[in-house]
Amino acid sequence: MYQIVQKEQFSEKVVKLVVHAPRIARSRKPGHFIILRIDEQGERIPLTIAQADKGAGTISLVVQKVGISSTRLCEMNPGDQILDLVGPLGKATHIHKVGTVLACGGGVGIAPLLPIVEGFKKAGNRVVTVLAARSKDLIILEKEIRQWSDEVIIMTDDGSYGNKGLVTTGAEQVIQREQVDECIAIGPAVMMKFTALLTQKYNIPTQASLNAIMVDGTGMCGACRASVGGETKFTCIDGPEFNAHQIDFDELILRLGGYKNEEKEAWERVIG
Amino acid sequence: MEEYLKIEREKEWRVELRTKLKNKERTTIERVQMPGLDPIERIQYQDREVNLGLDEASAITEASRCMDCVNPTCIEGCPVSINIPKFIKNIERGEMHEAAKTLKETSALPAVCGRVCPQEKQCEAQCFYTLKLKKEPVAIGYLERFAADFEQNSGSISVPETAEKNNIKVAAIGSGPASLSFAGDMAKLGYDVTVFEALHEVGGVLKYGIPEFRLPNRVVDVELASLEKMGVKFERNFIVGRTASFDDLKEEGFHAFFVASGAGLPRFMNIPGENFNGILSSNEYLTRVNLMNAAKSEFDTPVLRGKNIAVIGGGNTAMDSVRTAKRLGAERAMIVYRRSREEMPARVEEVLHAEEEGIEFLNLNNPIEYFADENGRVNRMRLQKMELGEPDASGRRRPVVVEGSEYDIPVDVVVVAIGVSPNPLVPSELPELKVSRWGTIEVDPETMQSSIPDLFAGGDIVRGGATVILAMGDGRKAAAGMHQYLQTKQNNLVSEPSAIKNAD
Repeated sequence: MYQIVQKEQFSEKVVKLVVHAPRIARSRKPGHFIILRIDEQGERIPLTIAQADKGAGTISLVVQKVGISSTRLCEMNPGDQILDLVGPLGKATHIHKVGTVLACGGGVGIAPLLPIVEGFKKAGNRVVTVLAARSKDLIILEKEIRQWSDEVIIMTDDGSYGNKGLVTTGAEQVIQREQVDECIAIGPAVMMKFTALLTQKYNIPTQASLNAIMVDGTGMCGACRASVGGETKFTCIDGPEFNAHQIDFDELILRLGGYKNEEKEAWERVIG
Repeated sequence: MEEYLKIEREKEWRVELRTKLKNKERTTIERVQMPGLDPIERIQYQDREVNLGLDEASAITEASRCMDCVNPTCIEGCPVSINIPKFIKNIERGEMHEAAKTLKETSALPAVCGRVCPQEKQCEAQCFYTLKLKKEPVAIGYLERFAADFEQNSGSISVPETAEKNNIKVAAIGSGPASLSFAGDMAKLGYDVTVFEALHEVGGVLKYGIPEFRLPNRVVDVELASLEKMGVKFERNFIVGRTASFDDLKEEGFHAFFVASGAGLPRFMNIPGENFNGILSSNEYLTRVNLMNAAKSEFDTPVLRGKNIAVIGGGNTAMDSVRTAKRLGAERAMIVYRRSREEMPARVEEVLHAEEEGIEFLNLNNPIEYFADENGRVNRMRLQKMELGEPDASGRRRPVVVEGSEYDIPVDVVVVAIGVSPNPLVPSELPELKVSRWGTIEVDPETMQSSIPDLFAGGDIVRGGATVILAMGDGRKAAAGMHQYLQTKQNNLVSEPSAIKNAD
């Protein structure tokens, strides 16, 4: 059992949970994710690790209400126990010194971006981060991101905070004004798709972290397959990060909706 | 070994039993039939076992067919060397608990093997009836299941004797049949065994793969409980190499590792449209239903349902998948297989059961492309007809394309069951480990020792995709190999007691 020790409500649908998982807190690296199952009925949910505290033996996870299991998870409270939690999974981010790194995070994608921003900063890079969301309350972890960024640009769709516009607007400003050596984009598939198109135009090596559907997360089920450079890859063991210029985002977007009808039916059952 | 078999065979009760019936009378008895649930009834339920098992009277009759041969060739056909005549003769004389105990001498999972082993290719293929009399073999598999079930149902379950604890910690990675068999043997030798499992359930393929209608989870759980009683510990949600490194575990006192992490990675055909929604691996399909209980409405995990479900492949996993699809309401549940029924790797019994359940067999057919609706959900597949040519490397006749034979059929769900590749998770954490170009771990076939001396391996991570019983055989060999390795190490380092120290 894995106890929730702290909870922070970021917005109506997004919470941060700090969970006691000492072994994972010790062994995780930026880019790694975990899979948890809240109880016997729960789905196995993949979540990227946002932060870890080796001393306290905890990891932080940012969860958005999407399906039944994630909604139930968001409603759990400090003191509650998560039945199963396994990790760290996936390949760690390749963090190295390249010069200037442009980090783009959209919505809950900001959470997995945080340890990567921290890693690149610690490796001696200049890090410019663009955070984007629909509105102000969906910009999360801003303070933590600022701690590890040389500059943070905020973009909101409705202009309620920072600049009005999409992530790509902010990113392009940076690219036009200074040399960018590498870009990392994490967020909704559409956001990553357009960020990749933008950086491709400028020939900037770009990594995107995919949030595919998974069951086991250990390379067994193949639910998370994605086409990268014309080859089928498994997000859980080959990724979650891939060369963004080679990812078939349109396929990814379709695949993310693979269980939409089943989810809808399940909701209807739950709501009655 | 032979000596032991002889001594057992010469025991008074065995000698007496042999004189009770003449061999001529034994050989005139017809082989027993396995009673089963009616097909119409059973396809209504995902979790009702098809084979019902023998009753006591028919088990005793079947046991009396066995002639207790001087040279029991059946044992040679068994990867874990069960003393087959001894357990069968115990059934014949009504000592069912003794029969079960005999099974447990060498098998950690008798109730499992009695259900899923391909006996027709192993012990029963080597039975005197098959080899010399050209008659139907003694139903060794049915009898094995009978004895194991008898004990499970009696509530008085024997726990194999274990040697005095030596407090030497060893780890098994993965909790499928190879690991469980290894753990059983190591516990018998007195080792302190911990089995590490990545998933939330112990049992590996026995839990996530094989459906309830063929192997109920409760049967597996009883066998797991026996191992726990023998002192085997289970750690769930733990990926060795990730959650903790091999070095971490060595520091925590583990002296050797047995890697049996299985064949994860599902294979796909790499044909156009294969990543459309509704096309999934048998691993995903079966895991959702068997491990995550997706077919039951009170569980959160969804599973795809459809009217027309095609399963690609001709192995046991394909049969499990297509029969699951039928039970989840498919009107047309089809096997699409590129060779003919003769070449199917599935057990004959599984194919028969599938046929009884109304599964359609599109043999000598191969998918070449998938088509989808505007949401990316598969709705049609293009098949190509095949014919059989000359035998290939596997000895089976090679399927050859019939040019111009393409045709389309409607499908809502496609399950790809064409095999798996070894799980790369563990090998990728050990760069110095020698692996083949297919990603399987290379081992000494006798000791199962890998290129890293304190690391042994077995099951699908070595074989690349085999059966429960072959994995179990590997587990036994690895246990013997590791025991010898640790003993030698201890003897060599006897002057350095810290080398293999007592944990307490």
